[in-house]
Amino acid sequence: MERQSLGFTIFLYLAAALLALMILAPFGWLFVMSISSTSDLVSKPLRWWPEESDWSRYRLLFDTTPNTHGASLMAALGNSVKVAAIATVAALAVSVPAGWAVSRSPAVGWSLWLVIGTYMLPPVALAVPLYMGLAGLGMLNTKLGLAVVYLTVLAPFTAWLLKSGFDPIPRDLEMAAAIDGARLDQALRIIILPLAAPVIGTAALFAYLLAWDEFFYALLFTSDQRAKTVTVAIADLAGGRVADYGLIATAGVIAALPPVVFGLFMQRALISGLTAGSVKG
Amino acid sequence: MSAGLTTLRAWGLMLPLLAVMLAVIGWPFVDTVRLSFTDARLVGMGGDYVGVANYGRLFASSAFWRAFVVTTEFAVVSVFIEMVLGVLVALLLYQNFRGRNVLRALLILPWALPTVVNALLWRLIYNPEYGALNAALVQTGLIEAYRSWLGDPGSALAALIVADAWKNFPLVALISLAALHAVPHDIRAAAIVDGAGALSRFRYVILPYLAGPLMVALVLRTIEAFKVFDIIWVMTRGGPANSTRTLSILVYQEAFSFQRAGSGASLALIVTLAVTVLAVAYAALIRKSAGARF
Repeated sequence: MERQSLGFTIFLYLAAALLALMILAPFGWLFVMSISSTSDLVSKPLRWWPEESDWSRYRLLFDTTPNTHGASLMAALGNSVKVAAIATVAALAVSVPAGWAVSRSPAVGWSLWLVIGTYMLPPVALAVPLYMGLAGLGMLNTKLGLAVVYLTVLAPFTAWLLKSGFDPIPRDLEMAAAIDGARLDQALRIIILPLAAPVIGTAALFAYLLAWDEFFYALLFTSDQRAKTVTVAIADLAGGRVADYGLIATAGVIAALPPVVFGLFMQRALISGLTAGSVKG
Repeated sequence: MSAGLTTLRAWGLMLPLLAVMLAVIGWPFVDTVRLSFTDARLVGMGGDYVGVANYGRLFASSAFWRAFVVTTEFAVVSVFIEMVLGVLVALLLYQNFRGRNVLRALLILPWALPTVVNALLWRLIYNPEYGALNAALVQTGLIEAYRSWLGDPGSALAALIVADAWKNFPLVALISLAALHAVPHDIRAAAIVDGAGALSRFRYVILPYLAGPLMVALVLRTIEAFKVFDIIWVMTRGGPANSTRTLSILVYQEAFSFQRAGSGASLALIVTLAVTVLAVAYAALIRKSAGARF
């Protein structure tokens, strides 16, 4: 190993401190805003730390009395949980067999590339027919309808992740199972799926986060508390007539908490998924 | 050969995915192509065939070209910042120092933050009267008076780019970091023994390992940036004076605000074409850089 000079070490720590500040300051400020009184937030010069912390906005937003900000945010959170869950399960249901098929039988590989290629399509290139289609089926402003639309984003992504996750699982195992007389579906269920559980988990996590983050289709295809997701509710708040910036910040904290906590705890899985395919080459 | 997985059976396993893709992507895309040759409205029946009139009108409209320039500016500048910052941060986090692992963990935070919350967060920071940026810059004496960062056509796009780059540089950093760990130790050690300086070690030892993954990150980020909608919609809705109106925002307005489905569809297809051309060009570059590696 190379020995580090003192100057280099100091430089490293300065750069590290700067990076930490750059990442944490915006998060910190969002949180501080959420617990600062309105008068602190509009004071000039701005008060960077509240006189005394004010948690009332959290109480307000978790209170589900009808026709309040709390009720609409909580309903939106519930919708997001459900839409993301339906879409994730559906995406895995179609992409697990497909990912395995491509991993084991290169002859069908080109069709997966076609599916992945749809990533280049901007959602605006599908939005109008999807809107008309959902309207025709009476599925506008429904959670199920939105979840089906989310498959456009989730399914290609999970199929790709799963294919590269199945690749390293040795084929010998399947062969041995076949020699022992197992049918194909038995070999899949008993041998492959347990081995693939981590990669399937990673794919599910990504799919869920992608669905939670989605905004464009939700903005177009939902209109009220029956299906509106948390991203749309947040955008409504940010663009609306709410005068209390602290309330907007609080809603932001609440909407960000699930994915950010997930992200921190599932770090290893996320990073392996993010770098899959790009580094391995 | 795998245990009895015939090509026919493999197609059988592909079928559910392909059927779903056909229903939610294939059909809508074909229908968008059809609509682009009509004067269909979003609500109401039909729409008559108008040939390439929609396309003709588009290419003649200054709104389209303006949006094209804004989109390109947004994509090029934000992706450039993300790549440079991402590689620098990866190089930093590859070094040995205390707290490194905590920093690596923090890196996931901006990436995990929902795009819409990120937009809201920066909107609050940029607030012309009460925002933290104004307060910080005035209190440190860097600017004299509060400014409307998002309300001024001269600064709105730059402000958006900063917000976007902050959220997305971690992706590039994480990919680069993984690539750095793929550099074999003996090669690095050999270069040091041979007396290669830090810069030439980066250029000849590390960069070859970084090039491939970086190209992948570049492609993914550029495609995303070219399609950008969410962050702009929440922060500026394309304003002020259309200075941040990207192509996706323009399609939204045309097809959904003005309900001109036909002309919105033609515009959407042009965006698709632009993204495809970009991706194909990049793919060629990747193949070239991958070839150069061996």
